[in-house]
Amino acid sequence: METKINKNNNFYIPQIEKRNKQSKRFRLYALSAVVLSLSFLAFFLIDIIKAGIPAFTQSSVKIEISIDEETANNPYGILERDMSRLVSRAWLRSFPKEIEAHPEWIGTTQTFWALLNAEADQYLKGTQSKLKENQKSKLDALLQEGLIERKFNATFFFTGDSKIPENAGFYAAIVGSVLTMLVTMSLAVPIGVMTAVYLEEFAPDNKLTQIIEININNLAAIPSILFGLLGLAIFINFFGVPRSSPLAGGMTLALMSLPIIIVSSKAALKSVPASIRQAGYALGLTKWQVTKDHVLPLAFPGVLTGSIIALAQAMGETAPLIIVGMIAFVPDPVTSLTSAATVMPAQIFTWSGMPERAYIEKTAAGIMVLLTVLISLNTIAVLLRKKFEVKW
Amino acid sequence: MDVKVKVDKLNLWYGTNQALHDISIDLYDNKITALIGASGCGKSTFLRSLNRMNDLVESAKIQGNVIVDGKNIYDKDIDVVSVRKRIGMVFQQPNPFPKSIYENVAYAPLKHGIVKKGSDCDELVESSLKSAGIWEEVKDKLQAPGTSLSGGQQQRLCIARTIAVKPDVILMDEPTSALDPISTEKIEALMLELKKSYTIVTVTHNMQQAARIADHTAFFHLGELVEYDETEKIFVNPKLKKTEDYITGRFG
Ligand SMILES: Nc1ncnc2c1ncn2[C@@H]1O[C@H](COP(=O)(O)OP(=O)(O)OP(=O)(O)O)[C@@H](O)[C@H]1O
Ligand SMILES: [Mg+2]
Repeated sequence: METKINKNNNFYIPQIEKRNKQSKRFRLYALSAVVLSLSFLAFFLIDIIKAGIPAFTQSSVKIEISIDEETANNPYGILERDMSRLVSRAWLRSFPKEIEAHPEWIGTTQTFWALLNAEADQYLKGTQSKLKENQKSKLDALLQEGLIERKFNATFFFTGDSKIPENAGFYAAIVGSVLTMLVTMSLAVPIGVMTAVYLEEFAPDNKLTQIIEININNLAAIPSILFGLLGLAIFINFFGVPRSSPLAGGMTLALMSLPIIIVSSKAALKSVPASIRQAGYALGLTKWQVTKDHVLPLAFPGVLTGSIIALAQAMGETAPLIIVGMIAFVPDPVTSLTSAATVMPAQIFTWSGMPERAYIEKTAAGIMVLLTVLISLNTIAVLLRKKFEVKW
Repeated sequence: MDVKVKVDKLNLWYGTNQALHDISIDLYDNKITALIGASGCGKSTFLRSLNRMNDLVESAKIQGNVIVDGKNIYDKDIDVVSVRKRIGMVFQQPNPFPKSIYENVAYAPLKHGIVKKGSDCDELVESSLKSAGIWEEVKDKLQAPGTSLSGGQQQRLCIARTIAVKPDVILMDEPTSALDPISTEKIEALMLELKKSYTIVTVTHNMQQAARIADHTAFFHLGELVEYDETEKIFVNPKLKKTEDYITGRFG
């Protein structure tokens, strides 16, 4: 590749080598910056995935139980002492319901896969555990006999939070996030887009409009926790919206998303060529007809992308939601907009502060779910933009 | 010769910069009037004040009367939308909507209630495209996007779109300056055809074009109307030295 430059011809420019070297050096700086940031990202992802993958499986033990009236009443007594220390309390607690559902079992002996508790599970996954030596050897023995299996952890996806680590799941947080985002989007998108349309198409270009626009740009850069304080003051304290509810959280996040949606929609509207508007006006169309049928469709991909990006950002937001109380312990998925709920990032935050080891892998798994959602949202934004972009 | 548009002492300012000075001119029905003059002399500004497109320029302030069929279009009791419906405009750069050819033509008439959706509308689209001399080229692809046509075809589509709202006057701002000679020729032929039913005012930098198609020619200079007469007189025998200099290419 590298050929020596011949100085003895009339194409030669003095200092050309030096200038080439400069650009080569600059290229190297830029490249190393890219490599550095990519390796940080890769490191983070690998770390999270390594920590989170184990959370998607949990260990169960195969046990035989002879069932009589007594077992139905006192589930905690069905197992021998050393075994009941290893099996999940949550599993034991749900046992009577199982029997109730299957009255024909009474008087027989049945085989179950009983969920092990988090300490046992952690030991089997090879992490530190507070188990006593004899418990560890018991687990090893069971494993040898093939009575222990790691199964897909459906609990994680289908239950809410729990003080029993092996019973804690992400479902309530997912539902909470979905409801909260519904509130956020149904408020922020229409209000944001209409504001952008007004500012861009209708507002006179005067000092007042300029001041408003500058302030909207500033709002987009305000620390999100302040929106939480605003939401607390306005929605909860003044309007009496229930604390911790998807309604309160969604409205607060809508406040935060609004500036982003307004700014991106305004940019999308601005990028619509003036000639389209002139064509419309010259045909005697009204401002609204031109805006609705000719300008907005062209701005649509930009508006859509902006809204999805704002949605993704709101979905990952924790600070303002902590302020409006969406950090509560919520074992059951929320069923109404006004009852207490938690959201994905808040759930992750809660787990990250728990002392039990089992919550570490749950934290990482929660991050994986959240990241997957966010990355899918961004991908959808890009794809939709491509799909709807008008070809000229 | 009927006067269609009577402009009376028209002054226009962009902020503090006066772009038009005391313009008074009569524009005739079923004639083509060409506006010529050096760049920046106010031809487009004048044209835009004939259908109040200057209302869209926030800094523009206007004074004087533009009387169309006996009614001043700047009167308070006139809605600007109805002015632009009757006085259409074709721009220098073809600017079809990024919609289908059919929708490009049909959109405005539907909104104005000139036709209802259905066969009436189909007929109007067809007749407008025919009047604009582009029907044969697009009749098999009415659903194709307007922007997929060539520049010259797009310009004729824009003319069809303008005709479809049934205006009285058509304003054209350098309608052929972005086009090749063959497309230009087609548009010129079209203008000669259209003047039978419309009043046409066109801006051009092309002296031959003005000479070929215009019945009357107005020469603008620095925001003033310098000379206005039948095209032949302007070109063969101008009254003023300035006009002659411009036409013979000594300045501008
Ligand atoms: N929107 C506007 N705002 C402010 N000044 C303007 C605007 N449009 C035109 N002008 C000014 O008004 C004067 C006349 O402009 P106009 O566009 O009418 O010239 P023109 O004769 O059409 O020129 P050209 O042949 O280059 O198209 C120019 O000095 C121009 O700078
Ligand atoms: Mg011009």
